[in-house]
Parts: sequence; structure tokens; C-alpha cells
Amino acid sequence: MNVPALVNPELQVAAVPAAAQRSLAREWRLASRTVRVSAGCLTLFYMFAAVSPFFASYDPIYQNRRMPDCPPMQLHLSAPSYWSHGLLWTDPLTMSDAEARTYVADTSHRIYIHFFSGGHLFTTDSETEPFYLLGSDSLGRDLYSRIVYGARVSMCVGLVGVLITFSLGIVVGSLSGYVGGLTDNLIMRWSEIEMSLPSFYFLLALAAIIPPGIGAAERFLMIVAIMSFIGWAGLARVIRGMASSVRSNPYVEAARALGGSRWRIITQHVIPSVIGYAIVAATLSIPGFILGESALSLLGLGIQEPTPSWGNLLSEAMDPQNLARYPWILIPGIFIFLTVMSFNFLGDHLRDRFDPSNAR
Amino acid sequence: MARFLLRRLLNMIPLIIGITFISFVAMSLVPGNFLSALKMNPRISPQVIRQMEAQFGLDQPFTVRYFRWLWGVLHLNLGISMQYRVSVTSLIAVRAFNTIILAVASMIFSWVLAIPIGIVVAVRQNSIWDRVLSFLAFLGMSVPNFFLAFLMIYFAMHLGKDWLPPGGTFSVDYSSLTFWNRGADRINHLILPVFVLGVSGMAGLMRLMRSQILEIKNSEFVRTARAKGLSERIVLYKHVLRNALNPFVTMAGYSLGDLLGGAALVEAVMNLQGLGLLLLNAVRSLDIYLVMGSVLIGTVLLLVGNLLADMALVAVDPRVDFSSVAAE
Repeated sequence: MNVPALVNPELQVAAVPAAAQRSLAREWRLASRTVRVSAGCLTLFYMFAAVSPFFASYDPIYQNRRMPDCPPMQLHLSAPSYWSHGLLWTDPLTMSDAEARTYVADTSHRIYIHFFSGGHLFTTDSETEPFYLLGSDSLGRDLYSRIVYGARVSMCVGLVGVLITFSLGIVVGSLSGYVGGLTDNLIMRWSEIEMSLPSFYFLLALAAIIPPGIGAAERFLMIVAIMSFIGWAGLARVIRGMASSVRSNPYVEAARALGGSRWRIITQHVIPSVIGYAIVAATLSIPGFILGESALSLLGLGIQEPTPSWGNLLSEAMDPQNLARYPWILIPGIFIFLTVMSFNFLGDHLRDRFDPSNAR
Repeated sequence: MARFLLRRLLNMIPLIIGITFISFVAMSLVPGNFLSALKMNPRISPQVIRQMEAQFGLDQPFTVRYFRWLWGVLHLNLGISMQYRVSVTSLIAVRAFNTIILAVASMIFSWVLAIPIGIVVAVRQNSIWDRVLSFLAFLGMSVPNFFLAFLMIYFAMHLGKDWLPPGGTFSVDYSSLTFWNRGADRINHLILPVFVLGVSGMAGLMRLMRSQILEIKNSEFVRTARAKGLSERIVLYKHVLRNALNPFVTMAGYSLGDLLGGAALVEAVMNLQGLGLLLLNAVRSLDIYLVMGSVLIGTVLLLVGNLLADMALVAVDPRVDFSSVAAE
């Protein structure tokens, strides 16, 4: 047994950074190609959220009234002699029929795309002749820029939500499992109520509480809080089961015999032993938060215009006529799909890694 | 079994009270109420507003309103919808029927496809079929219901309305149709929603089936069965499958909540007149009693579904009896 490490925690702390680095590289080597692609996707989307002004080409709420419902523009590679103007170019589109919102390409001149100019990843010289990579919405806002800014809401909702359910679930679950008795009984009855809810129905009913006038950030927090309120019970129950089995382990009994306080045993012994499972469960529960927020925003009960989120960007598609005529408004859905799939792949991989039966 | 049923039904009572109480608190925390919009209208006199307040009990304190509502529920009276001006019970009866049909149909759809595919994929582990189908299952699990619904609407719009309707519960000329044509019209409108809802359920079930069979295939009693000289077919169907179905039935009960939630979204996107869409509209217009009624019926549907799943578990698995299910 590793007694010195138990008694002297400093020994462990000093060893952590190097070990963590090594294990991260090891994890990357062990991961399959799909897991690596998933991790790459998520990193990119989180970078969208972190430095949106850099990735976005234009202001996400600037409305170009001359170009509503503009289709995605085609990219062309310049001939080498034109590379001083720009590597890529596109034909400017002009609206030919304001009623049907059809566009024709103006072949008289080209718009060159400039990389890293004006603090953007790529943009064009003037806002009057913009480049819409993924088209524009019905108010003439750049869909790509809105998706980049929408990542702030959609990517963060999972993290914040998991942070809340995770801490709540771990503390309540470990407490319930370790203390037992009446506390355990009460907490478990309460969690049963929460788990037998038709959660989406409940989410809809609770979303009505959010007052209409508040700012985007408060709204975001309230949505996350409501979803966490509905979602923490499942995690707490599983952790409680694990904690109550940890409780009878010899090392916990030893800690108790040595006079360790209840709080110390929970934080030092019970929580560390269930943390592996909790991380897997957290990763797998992130998609639920993202989907919940998207669904609420799609139905108009979540994040409100003009703040973009991947969910409310899709709300224009609720009209089948819009959907049939401007199919590019579905692109935000692809981003939701990719994010959810990446988290699923990652969670599955982590589960295999933490599962002691196939340890490598 | 009678004791088991009684116990479970009694357990439901505090659960339902808890859930309705939370929803009621939530609805009364909402700033404003259904009448706020009417109050702004100068053509409606204050007397009418006061009269309506009294009619819906909005002038009463919160606790009085809740217990009045609960008393009504005991008499199968869910109150009156403020926006439709008819009893909530009659509104919900029609809508809940549509939602149950949608949920049951998509459940059948996903089971009928997931079980055989799961078996094939597990028996031929690591074959090309296994890889392709497992990957597709992952896609199916990850694609959001509403996104798949949008894709299907797009598909239907391009196919032409004569083939598949992109939304709605029935056609415009529904009332002029004969009985059989009405049925056909309804089914035609259900194809896309059932497909959308079935795909996500199917993917999860297929993965579960696969992992179950793979786990059981290597267990002792399967080896014994093979050693006895039983054919591979009998080993698979009589020994492996019988045991693999157990968690399947358990999961069917737990997936009901997702099914109801998914159904609500698909109803909203495809404009299908179900319980979820009713609830959404009620929440938007702050129609309190309609919200409460929908949440209540949704909860009851879920609890009854879970109960049925537990009873099915006893029927399927000889190792489980009513006393062990009740103890959980």
C-alpha cells in the first residue's frame, strides 16, 4: 500500500504537472481517429466561442437590407498572378427579384477574400459588397458570423450546466450515500420525483418563469439553472450508489478508525473514488444541455433575438416555405449535430478508458 | 400482483402532487397572466376583466387556487382553458390521443428494426455490416430530433405534397373524406414524425442489443449450452436472446420520458396537434390550467408507461417477480 502518499499529500502534488502532461500525450496516442476528429471539432467550436470577433467575418447583428436570404457564395481560387489581390475570390451577388429573393452573380468584377485583415480570420474590403460563406438570413445578417457568435451560447450552456449538476450531484450523491439514514431517504425520494418528470414538458412549463425583459446573460443563466434543476437527480442517484459501496471499503473504515471527520472522508476518499465515473457521466450529459437550450431557443422560449444561438438561428426554418426556399438556414443544425456527436464519441471513449475491465 | 399494483399506484400520489405543485409555483411566479394582454385593450371594460379574474380564480391567493385545482382534479375536472374557453379535459383528450399514437407507433418502429439489426450486427461482430450499421447508429443517436424533422420536411417539400405531407395532423379536406380515407390520411401524416422519432430511439436500442448479446455470448451458460451440442441457432434464440432482452424492457420504460419530450419537439416542428404542441401554446399564452393539465397528463402517461414496462419485465424475465420490482 502507498502509505506515504496518503500521509504526505505534498509528495503527490509536486508530481502532478509532469504526469498530467505525459498522460495527455498518452491519451492522444490511444485515441482512435474518430475521437481525435471529435476533439478537434470541439476545440474549434470552443475557439469560436472564445474569440468570436476574430473568427466572425462581420458584425453578427449588422443587417444588410440589400441582401436578405442571400445564398452561400461560391469560392474560387485565384490564378497565381492575382495572389497579390487575394488567394480566393467570389462573384458579388445582387438581388434580381426582391419579391422572390433571387440573386444573380455580377461577373463584371471580383470580391477578393483577405485573410487576417482587420482582426478577422477572413473578410472583405467593404461591407456593401460582403462575402457570405454560408449565406444570410431574412434580415440580411451573415449566417457564418452568427454561427460563430452563437457558439458562445451553445458551447457554454453545456459546460456551465454540467458544472452545476456535477457539483450538485457529487456533493448530494456522496453525502446521501455516505451518511445514509433519513437524509439519504429524503434526498432519494426527492430525486425520484425529479426523475419521473416528463422533463421536456417540465422544461417548457418552467421556461415561462423567465421574465421577458431581462438581458441575454441573465436569460442564459436562468435557462441553465432550470435545466440543471431538472437534470441533477440522475447523476446524484448513481453517485450515491457508488458512494454507499465505497463506504464499506476497508480504506474508508481505516480512515474512520484513524479519526477522520465525516467531511474529510467524503472529500478525500468518497469523491475521488467516484470522480472517474462522474467525468464520463458529465461528458455524456453535455449534449442534453446543448439540445435542451437549442430546443427552447428554437421554440422562442430560450435565448432571444438578436443574440444568436444555434437553436434560435434555426427558428426561421419553422416555416416550411422558408425551409424549402432557403435551405442554408439549416446549417446551424449541422453544428449542433457535430457538437453532440463529438461529445458522444468522446464520452464513449472516456467510458472505455475508465472501465477497469478493459484497462490498458 | 394486486399488492404490487396497489403499492405502485399509491406511490404515484405524492409524486403527482409534488410535480403539479412545482409547476403551479412556476406558473404563478410568471410575471403577468393571461389577462395582462386583455387589460391593455381599451375596448374591454374593467368589469369584464374583473369578472374573468373571478371566473378563473386569479383574484384568489396562490394556495387557494392550487387546492381548488387539486380538488377539481380529484373530480376529473382540470379547469377551463382561458384561450379556448372550453374545458381542459376535452382539449387534452384529443391531443393526448394523437401523442400516444405517435409515441407508440415510433416505439414499434424502433423496436421492430432495432432488435433484428442488433442481433445481426452482434453475431457478425467486426464485419463490414457491423461497422457501417454501428456508425449509422451513432449518427442516429447524435442527430437532434428537430434537425432530422427539418431535413424530412425539406425532403417532403421537394418530393411534392402529393406524396408526403410536410406537416400537420390531417389534410384540409379531412372532414369530407370517408372513414377509410380518413385513416389513410392520418397515417400518411404520421409517416414522417414516426420516422424522425423512431430513428433516435432505434439507434440507442440497437447499440444496447449489440452490447448485450456480445456480453452474454461469452458467459458460462452459453458455453454449457454449446457443449451440450445444441445448434448455434438454438443457443442464440433460446439462451442468448432471452437474457439479452431483459435490460431492453427496462430501458423501454426509461426511454418513455425522452419519447414524450421528443414527441413534443417533433409536434412543434411538424405542426402535429399533440399534447406537446398544446402545452407549448399554453405556456406562450400563460394559459395556467391548460399548462397544469398538460403537465399532469404527461406525467401520468410517463408513470403508467413505467409501470407497464415493469410488468412486462416480470413477464419476460423468469428471475424477476413482483416483489423484487416493487423493492426497487
